[in-house]
Amino acid sequence: MGGGNDLRRVILKRKAVNVLMLSLSVLTALYGLLWLFWILADVVLNGLKYMSFDLFLKDPAPPGVEGGGLRHAFVGHLIITSLATLIGVPVGIGTGIFFAEYGRHSRFVGFLRSVTDVLVSFPSIIVGTFVYAVMVKPVGHFMGVSGSVALALLMIPVIAVTTDEILRLVPNSLREAGYALGAHRWQVIKDITLPAAKRGILTGVILGVARISGETAPLLFTSFNNNFFTVNPLEPMASLTVTIFQYAMGPYESWHGQAWASALVLTAGTLLFFILSKIMVHGFRRWG
Amino acid sequence: MVLKKGKLVEAITGVVLGAFAVFVGLLLPVLILATLLKESLPALERFGILKFLTGTVWDPVSEVFGALPALTGTVLTTFVAALIALPISLGIAIFIAEIAPRKLKPIFSTAVELLGAIPSIIYGMWGLFVIAPLMAQHVEPFLQETLGKVPLLGRLFEGAPTGIDLLTSSFVLSIMIIPFMSAVVKDAFSMTPPLLKEAGYGLGATKWEVIKDVVIPYSLPGIVGGVVLSVGRALGETMAVAFLTGNVHQIPKSLLDPLTTITVAIANEFTEADSDLYLSSLYYLAFILFILSFGLLTFAKFFILERVGKRWGAGTI
Repeated sequence: MGGGNDLRRVILKRKAVNVLMLSLSVLTALYGLLWLFWILADVVLNGLKYMSFDLFLKDPAPPGVEGGGLRHAFVGHLIITSLATLIGVPVGIGTGIFFAEYGRHSRFVGFLRSVTDVLVSFPSIIVGTFVYAVMVKPVGHFMGVSGSVALALLMIPVIAVTTDEILRLVPNSLREAGYALGAHRWQVIKDITLPAAKRGILTGVILGVARISGETAPLLFTSFNNNFFTVNPLEPMASLTVTIFQYAMGPYESWHGQAWASALVLTAGTLLFFILSKIMVHGFRRWG
Repeated sequence: MVLKKGKLVEAITGVVLGAFAVFVGLLLPVLILATLLKESLPALERFGILKFLTGTVWDPVSEVFGALPALTGTVLTTFVAALIALPISLGIAIFIAEIAPRKLKPIFSTAVELLGAIPSIIYGMWGLFVIAPLMAQHVEPFLQETLGKVPLLGRLFEGAPTGIDLLTSSFVLSIMIIPFMSAVVKDAFSMTPPLLKEAGYGLGATKWEVIKDVVIPYSLPGIVGGVVLSVGRALGETMAVAFLTGNVHQIPKSLLDPLTTITVAIANEFTEADSDLYLSSLYYLAFILFILSFGLLTFAKFFILERVGKRWGAGTI
């Protein structure tokens, strides 16, 4: 009889430990959600409080003076990010195509691919110092376009890796059908694999844009900052992120308010890109 | 004619795409490393390797630069952040992989990924305006009242609770690395063959016992690789901690001391560096960060995850 009780006790204990550990796991999940909602709530509430049309339409007031806006930073950010996308997308997609279509069985290409994988997680501030040394120092002044180059260098590995992964999902029988018709490799890529993987590649591009649109560190010493409105990428150019950095560190209440409002716009934009890419991935999987 | 043209295009696309790939996968990292090395030469000649690495003084006025404070700052913030993030990430991964109802899984996964998609400057700013005051007024005095009274452990909580310190920096950094860490751990979990888990359940094991004795041991190499990868990432994080360390070149003696990290020193001082030696010393720091972060990431990729991948690959075929 006593043995039966012991067994029951052991089972009860095991069940209790089970419930305890699983509850802890649920708690950690709630902990994660807590921070997500806390950050988003602070950004949205504070952002809305200081949001105004002036923010987008006016250039900054002199430091410490109320009013003014950050038109220069919004426009600068758009220009820097767009130029970066223009540079980064072709190189990134091209690299991804090479990995998937030319180098599947080559150890050297396998090595290149692994290094590219590592570059995805590479510290962005180092890319900033690198571009400063090769682009800013020789020219003698900060330029919007050097910021774009720094962002492009960060974006290329992301796009290359996703393009590579998506192209590998395209069944080989499709390629073989092309080759059987006497097509060259470039024709197979252009007419068969790329159209088949179109949507997935676009997802990678959006993910790449999402990755760079919130970057600050690589812009600090490349596009730098500018208190005046400019559309010339050869001049120093303000960006939303660097402006938030400057304004949040600054001593004025009005700067902090504008930093919150810009933070809301930046977060909304970045998360929107991210969610868009998520939706497209799921669409792609369903299609595939 | 058509055939010849086709062959020409074939050759050109091959060369151009190959050039892109070699540039990205080989030239770019080599170029970056070479540039950092070249720019740090003046500092390298002046301070050498050992003297720079062990130097504790960072004084732009008398032009004496030592990397030890920034280096320990980088290692400490990352270490403490990983220490906080690891159990949480394990818990989240277990929740997503094993506990959450099927319908809730994608929603919850996306929510955690969203946390990772928030730009780091937002983390930094939010940390400065929201978390730092909270730390200074409530959390840190409370910690001093409780844990601070414990012998030995209490030393970690000495100093004025300002909220701009190692604890706040690591804490905000930990929130930032949780999404990535839990994602890689979850991926590692999902590699466990269902057959093994079912065998565990068949023996009458509880869910926790299956997780503890089947899933975690099976995916351990993947977990370790993923954690090293997250740490490699966290080392190079700049903006989330840029507001919170105080950028003081000192080796923190307690969790409440301000400090600096390699990234924060570069971000704050790069454009203000008024002498060649100063700038060169910052490049030297960047060079060290390159070696650290590239080394860790490569280690995780080539020596842990790649091997694991091979084993898993063999298992699925």
